[in-house]
Amino acid sequence: MKSVFYALSMLVAGLFAASLLVGPAGLGLGESLRALVGKEAGPVALVMQEIRLPRAILGLMTGAALGLAGAAMQGYLRNPLAEPGLIGVSSSAALGAVLALQSGLAASFALALPLAALAGAGLSVLLILLMAGPRGGALALILAGIAISALAASVTSLVLNLSPNPFAAMEIVYWMMGSLADRSMTHVWLAAPFMALGMAMLLTLGRGLDALTLGEDAAQTMGVNLTLLRWMLIGGTAAAVGAGVAVAGAVGFVGLVVPHILRPLVGARPSRLLPASALGGAAMLLAADIATRLIAPDRDLKLGVLTAIVGAPFFLHLIWRMRRVEA
Amino acid sequence: MVNRARGGRSCQTLARPLPDALQTVKCGLRAAVNAAFSMLCTLSPAWAEPPSRVVSMNLCTDQLAMMLAAPGQLVSVSHLATDPLVSSMVDQAAAYPKNRGGAEQIFLMKPDLVLAGSYGSLASVDLLRGLGVKVVQVPPIISLAEVPQQILLVGQALGREAEAQALADDFTTRLAALAHDGPKATAALYYPNGYTTGTGTLADDVLDHVGFHNIAGEAGLTGGGTLPLERLVMAAPQVVVTSTPYPGASRSEEILVHPALEVLRQSAGITTTSDADWVCGTPHILRALGEMKKAREALE
Repeated sequence: MKSVFYALSMLVAGLFAASLLVGPAGLGLGESLRALVGKEAGPVALVMQEIRLPRAILGLMTGAALGLAGAAMQGYLRNPLAEPGLIGVSSSAALGAVLALQSGLAASFALALPLAALAGAGLSVLLILLMAGPRGGALALILAGIAISALAASVTSLVLNLSPNPFAAMEIVYWMMGSLADRSMTHVWLAAPFMALGMAMLLTLGRGLDALTLGEDAAQTMGVNLTLLRWMLIGGTAAAVGAGVAVAGAVGFVGLVVPHILRPLVGARPSRLLPASALGGAAMLLAADIATRLIAPDRDLKLGVLTAIVGAPFFLHLIWRMRRVEA
Repeated sequence: MVNRARGGRSCQTLARPLPDALQTVKCGLRAAVNAAFSMLCTLSPAWAEPPSRVVSMNLCTDQLAMMLAAPGQLVSVSHLATDPLVSSMVDQAAAYPKNRGGAEQIFLMKPDLVLAGSYGSLASVDLLRGLGVKVVQVPPIISLAEVPQQILLVGQALGREAEAQALADDFTTRLAALAHDGPKATAALYYPNGYTTGTGTLADDVLDHVGFHNIAGEAGLTGGGTLPLERLVMAAPQVVVTSTPYPGASRSEEILVHPALEVLRQSAGITTTSDADWVCGTPHILRALGEMKKAREALE
């Protein structure tokens, strides 16, 4: 068990380093590392500290938030299809962020951006739990998710199309697919505290989710406060996913694929799956972000394109398996 | 959608470029432009009688026509002419009815001459020609030397050759006065999404004329393309010229306030932005040249 966490940590550390070292400027290894930690100013230091570092940090944190949120929702709903992207949490967060930006709120009050995204994400989680019920029936969950996703995505498109800014309409793809290109430390400071808070909340849910695998009644007799658990899940997901989407756009499938791969490796226990999924999510997003820079450096390839290429077949595979189980 | 909304701006999209999709259909090769020029010149011997109802449907021809037309001769300009972000003649344009470049709207204005760009609204141009309206298409230009030709071309179409000649001569004199000789400083043009323009563009020629060397050319960019922020920072140009942001917010424009770019710009102590004066090859571009010349002199 320890070896899984050890391997995952090494993988994340390696990918984080690679994210710092891969870029169009083609800097030398020693030179970039010196510039990253050094105090002296200069173009290399500027590239490392102001361009690559924030990108790597955001990749790490957004990925971890998505993986963790996926694992937590799946644990709570006891349904392997629950994932922030698929059930509309990410697209609702994107809607919140777009509204904050286009209404000018984010310009006059910087924190309005993550807070609005957080509100959007929170509302959708609330709605999903309401629609799917405590047992999280697969059909109700997916149908509610589709409806919320579609609604949030279309309102986002509408808002961006009505913007006086001609670039805004072209950014519909960014909000649906996500990208970390040209993010700065400003974005890190804006989103990281919320993501950290949300992830901390989600990580406390391990014991409760373990108990919940035995059923709600059993969990309650074991002293798990289900109401508190639910609110922690809603709050944690909203903060972690909402803040991530506010600065990186909605990246799908991370929260689906990562827990699915890691579940057998950690003995299917939610308390272990949560931290493992955080690491796995970070690794997947960092890898996807490095791939966007290697495949098409000048095109700002969207992260969601890569995660969907990996994730969508997984999703189909899961549905196929569930169908066989149900039949 | 943007394409249609900004379609009339087929002229120089260089100083305030729109995102890539539109840029790819932008101004063609120098050869093609020259060919179009010579073709237009041979096709247009002085009109028998000057047109009396002229409609312009392109931002750049709007401005040239407003400068050259006889009173009452110009009946409509494009809606972009009143957009302060791309038009240098917003006040003058307010006096004219606006058109959105649609064939139906323009035909109902009963023009005897339509001035258009050579890349935007091609369908409308074809339709108008099919309806028997005379359309003169003015090609976009890629160098300052072509501005007088542009002025003369529009002047000839309007039957205002003398005024056009005077304007062109005045331009040539003032342009020469702004020329810089001596060593070049380095500069870069930086636009939303990391878009920049290299050699073979009007904006590049503006930089060159007042003593700047455009680093995008070094990076191998001909025309427009994306220059990653990292590479811009590494090239460390002395002056970075960015565009004025549009109203409303966009992620594309956030790169213009990126901390790394701010540091780069502070090192020279000069912040320059391109504006409507950079968009078209009209005498207004002299103001853009004047601003950049000041920036160049401040570096000395």
